[in-house]
Amino acid sequence: MTAATNGTISTDLNRSDSTLSDLPGSADWLDHGVRGCAEALAANAISTDELALAARERVAAAVGLNAFVALVDQASTATTTKTSAATPLTGVPYALKDNFCTQGIRTTCASRILDNFVPPYSATVVERLTNAGAILIGKTNLDEFAMGSSNENSFFGPVRNPWDLERVPGGSSGGSAAAVAAGCVPFAIGSDTGGSVRQPAAFCGVTGLKPTYGRVSRHGLVAFASSLDCPGVLARSAEDCARVLSVIAGHDVRDATSARRASEDFSAELDSPLTGVRIGVARAYFNSGVDQGIGATTHAALAEYEKLGALLVDIELPSAHLAIPAYYVIAPAEASSNLQRFDGVRYGHRCEHPRDLDDLYTRSRSEGFGVEVQRRILIGTFVLSAGYYDAYYRRAQQVRRLIANDFDAAFAKVDLIAGPTTPTTAFRIGEKSANPLAMYAADINTVAVNLAGLPAISIPAGFSDGLPVGLQLIAPAFAEARLLAAAHQFQIATDWHRHCPGSSDAR
Amino acid sequence: MPFDSDHTRRVAKLARLAIPESEIDAVGVELQRVLQLFEQLRDTAIVDVEPMAHPLGMALSLRDDVISEGDQRDTLLALAPETRDGLYIVPKVIE
Repeated sequence: MTAATNGTISTDLNRSDSTLSDLPGSADWLDHGVRGCAEALAANAISTDELALAARERVAAAVGLNAFVALVDQASTATTTKTSAATPLTGVPYALKDNFCTQGIRTTCASRILDNFVPPYSATVVERLTNAGAILIGKTNLDEFAMGSSNENSFFGPVRNPWDLERVPGGSSGGSAAAVAAGCVPFAIGSDTGGSVRQPAAFCGVTGLKPTYGRVSRHGLVAFASSLDCPGVLARSAEDCARVLSVIAGHDVRDATSARRASEDFSAELDSPLTGVRIGVARAYFNSGVDQGIGATTHAALAEYEKLGALLVDIELPSAHLAIPAYYVIAPAEASSNLQRFDGVRYGHRCEHPRDLDDLYTRSRSEGFGVEVQRRILIGTFVLSAGYYDAYYRRAQQVRRLIANDFDAAFAKVDLIAGPTTPTTAFRIGEKSANPLAMYAADINTVAVNLAGLPAISIPAGFSDGLPVGLQLIAPAFAEARLLAAAHQFQIATDWHRHCPGSSDAR
Repeated sequence: MPFDSDHTRRVAKLARLAIPESEIDAVGVELQRVLQLFEQLRDTAIVDVEPMAHPLGMALSLRDDVISEGDQRDTLLALAPETRDGLYIVPKVIE
């Protein structure tokens, strides 16, 4: 394992400027997605080692993005490929957000406090991918402990957006989104607590799936907010997301909140037509904070859905405006509790020469946690403290119920809900980092989904001023197959998801 | 309102975070701004709404109470910054 450098920005990002035919043959397959790679491997058009090498070369060429915090060397991946029966992911390279534990491979959560942490076990998601024969190429950068919407809150420095190096990739799974967008890997695993898969997917022009809460095990995903956290998938297409979800989903005895449902073949219904599918459109998702270009692009995508046979239905989500305040009470409250475990005693960073036990705890934590993580711990500690619990935390939980009820009422009338994933396209590095409230507002269209525990996907829907725009589709709990089919049908009819950064095809 | 400097110190103490004295006021002001965001929650009329702690109302599953991963002492202690004789070492609590 080698730590990626996080110093100067390499100008050697020219891969994206070349056309596919300029690339060496083996790297081509990386641009054909999960399915393309799997089929090429199955047909012996390329070997597992060649494909992994091609991915590593892409990672090296894109080092200026700072998308990876560690590369997994060939020797350690060789020992992980022990399955003989071929699966839809056999030999397919992938990247993993660095808040998923990997046995024997440092797992940092992009935090100084875990800078030296080498987990003694792997997350269930990793175990299932390994058993399916997928090849881990590297661990991706993120906002520290997945707290952030820009990937600027990382101990290893910010990630750059492959579409514009001066802009953020979104967060917190910014490294995973940038790695897929730059063609380093055909898919990457992220985690989504308030939009951390969907928002970076939208900013980087890739497809990002957040499954139903409990559909994918959280075992080995370092906890941020346990009632919201959800492993997710970033890939080039909904079809590829379906393939990966089929492998990582399913009940896990090691996660008490894991749903008692076996995985299914999420690719089986992809060909279901959109005829008669009712898509709810909520005014709340087109409020005044939504950029004009985003609004226009989203309406064009909805018109495409109508053309494909779907019916657009106006719906109301009366409590939608309360999602941000409710989320920013509940998530920090749970974080303050989960992050109590970092005490400088059992693992992680420990301060030098502690005076006493209290000094050991306090100084180890203050040295180890970054500014945003400390801010959220303070907020969470406050809203849970005596005298304020009812006014803030209990209140937020009641509002959470109202938000979930809104979705229930809407899904009595429609099959899916659609709207823009984000109110703006990717913003500039540094633009919002000094203003936490402006940063929190970036999550306005995504957090409600986590509060209600629903599945949702962000798919590329076009461009605004040359930057990708994401369309978010939301489905009822456990209706991922329906969600993925609706996304796939759109991707058959459009080619927005095929656009690559730097190939000058952004309109 | 809540975040005068004493209150900021108290919350930091509860959170086991050391905020330098020179930054207490600035941190308090920032937290106060975040709290203003939460005022919308208090302004919302809510009657008889059961708080929702968890999505989907699923019953949490329990495992059988049996040992699944035997003796892991050495593996786990190997992660610790300081150990001795199979124990975690912390500064003296009782003189």
